Amino acid sequence: MKLTGAQIIIETLLEQKVDTIFGYPGGTILNVYDALYDYSNRIHHILTAHEQGAAHAADGYARSTGKVGVCFATSGPGATNLVTGIATAYMDSSPVVFITCNVSENLVGKDSFQEVDITGISMPITKCNYLVKDVNQLADVIREGFAIARSGRPGPVLIDIVKNVTAEYAEYEYLPMEVHGAHGRLAAMQRRAAHDLNAPQINLDDIQTLLDLIRQSERPLVLVGGGVIRSKGAVPAFRKFVETLGVPTATTVMGGGALPGNHPLITGMIGMHGSRASNLATGECDLLIAIGCRFSDRVATQPSSFAKQATIVHIDIDRSEIDKNVQTDHHIIGDACRVLELLNQSLPAKDLAAWREHVFSRKEPPLLSDGELQPHEILETIQNIDGQAIIATDVGQHQMWSAQYYHFSYPGQLITSGGFGTMGFGMGAAMGAKLGNPDKRVVLCVGDGGFRMNCNELATVQHYNIPIIMVVFNNGTLGMVRQWQTLLYHKRYSQTTLDRGPDFQKLAAAYGIASARVASQAEFEAAFRKAADCGEPYLIECMIETDKTVHPMVSAGSPVTDLLLD
Amino acid sequence: MNNSTEVKRHTISVLVENTPGVLSQIARLFSRKGYNIESLASGPTDTPDATRITIEIMGSDAQLQQIINQLQKLFCVYSVRCLNPQESIRRELVMIKVHAEERSDRTEVIQLADIFRAPILDVSPTTLTLAVIGEEEKTKALEELVEPFGILELVRTGAVALERGQGTIQDQRKETTEFNLGKRAHW
Repeated sequence: MKLTGAQIIIETLLEQKVDTIFGYPGGTILNVYDALYDYSNRIHHILTAHEQGAAHAADGYARSTGKVGVCFATSGPGATNLVTGIATAYMDSSPVVFITCNVSENLVGKDSFQEVDITGISMPITKCNYLVKDVNQLADVIREGFAIARSGRPGPVLIDIVKNVTAEYAEYEYLPMEVHGAHGRLAAMQRRAAHDLNAPQINLDDIQTLLDLIRQSERPLVLVGGGVIRSKGAVPAFRKFVETLGVPTATTVMGGGALPGNHPLITGMIGMHGSRASNLATGECDLLIAIGCRFSDRVATQPSSFAKQATIVHIDIDRSEIDKNVQTDHHIIGDACRVLELLNQSLPAKDLAAWREHVFSRKEPPLLSDGELQPHEILETIQNIDGQAIIATDVGQHQMWSAQYYHFSYPGQLITSGGFGTMGFGMGAAMGAKLGNPDKRVVLCVGDGGFRMNCNELATVQHYNIPIIMVVFNNGTLGMVRQWQTLLYHKRYSQTTLDRGPDFQKLAAAYGIASARVASQAEFEAAFRKAADCGEPYLIECMIETDKTVHPMVSAGSPVTDLLLD
Repeated sequence: MNNSTEVKRHTISVLVENTPGVLSQIARLFSRKGYNIESLASGPTDTPDATRITIEIMGSDAQLQQIINQLQKLFCVYSVRCLNPQESIRRELVMIKVHAEERSDRTEVIQLADIFRAPILDVSPTTLTLAVIGEEEKTKALEELVEPFGILELVRTGAVALERGQGTIQDQRKETTEFNLGKRAHW
């Protein structure tokens, strides 16, 4: 049947079983929003306060559900407002399809009103992007975009469509998602480069080599990253792998949830704010098996010395990650789930009790409790009340505290901007996570700085009554930057003190959102229980002392075993 | 694996989808990964859907492996082949407009051109324009020799290269390499 480009966009989204879109309308995307009007009973559109909020929400939705997130924006400023959100999704391999419209083809290149070359801008931060100028290509491009976003190492895709295409007619035929790979552009891509869309087939010799290395190893250590979280079904295989071997396991921030946080094999987080057990074991192990991680500078703070004494084995789906940051000794290219399943078929029996005892003999210093509200008390209280809650965080000290003190037990439970470190990410991400998981409690942990960045989305939270619990860690400063200034810049607190409004409770009230301000664990617990029971959005402002630090800490560029703050 | 840190010249051939924006995508990949492109030549091939780009970079073997991996990741790339200097032929075209007004100068430039088998493409009362095809040493040598007469302007195409013998870039098409063995896997 003949449909307009705008209708084709919506129909192809339905093919992908999309039920939620985050976005913001504007001049060039009007036709698409007009078509959306007819589909309002089948597709739920969330109008955010700002395109950045929409981008983060689509990202949070994707991370927490494993589905592809979808975000709409108009041309020009609408599109550029997405950029931070796209880069955030790209760095953390989150599958999001961004659909923007551009000015009509006859206006392209003339510096027309709200014209911008968004495909050029987003080239380095998308897996793939498209500029669609032919309505006959539209459905095919969208199908390909979705397949690319979710396949292999997932990531964001941007599809920019010139306005006239959304009004022109083309023949459209419904194609179920399952057969997309056999038609059109996707089929052509499957033929010429199937690996672009499929998980690479695993080299069984590589598996055998790793099994031999495991057999010979006396002090193995596993390092788990976000790849195990993104790989569908990998977590059970991963747990079986480490439990059968009894191997100590360190996690990156993005690997949170691969193994329950209180599991006897977990040594905690690794890297700049890694635990003593994890970081010191890195310097002592004889075999390091890194699964789905990319040895970023926040993990391998000094790549040249990182686990230098060990044989390093890297398991990753992306060939270009091998030897990028840390020189490895062996690698297996493949989907984490399938690699682990193959390994699990013939794992040797190991007795690692003595090594485990050694690794776990490193205890963290006892946590302070002096009556004032401590960061760890906030997270422990949330844990005790609802250990299954999704925790969305912003970036900074509270993010590290969340990663350290909350015990994540399933993939997608921690929603955080690990790679890009985007302040302002949490608010949108929490909304997206809640809309994607209505049955789960979603808690936003956010600093006062990050909250101020995107608190405009309170309007969205209130309007759609998205019952997230917003926990603002208010220490009156950009805590993480201040911590660096304290340690490395002689306490010269340049531009990090946030001694200014607004009054967060009054701000929440302005949006009709209930709130509490707390300064002790007891008060926090009471407020959190109230928030958990009310079924509506709720803001808890936690008053925290200004100079609370995240510890341990390794300074950037130092060996991961040099714990600065202990 | 690639522990060599010795920096040398590498010639990379990339077969890409023939669509707008592909050249900028490839060029930007090099710049954002911190590689300097020494020379770049791009043009259509025997198949209408493919463009072949020849890129020369200075770098270590490890850096070369990284950039090849990154190129392979782009959806617009069909295949990537690093051309080993011993097993490939490499040519570039240079056009040089030389100032030659005196009779003796003109004779001398024409003689030099003859020695280098460089055709003279344009003659004017005050200039001679030569074209020379060859390896870099040859083109550089002619350039140096005509320099004293005064080079008014010069243009080089950038190197193009092909493998010697039977091997082609098609051997490196993604479906035949280690990157793609999972044709029947799910996504």
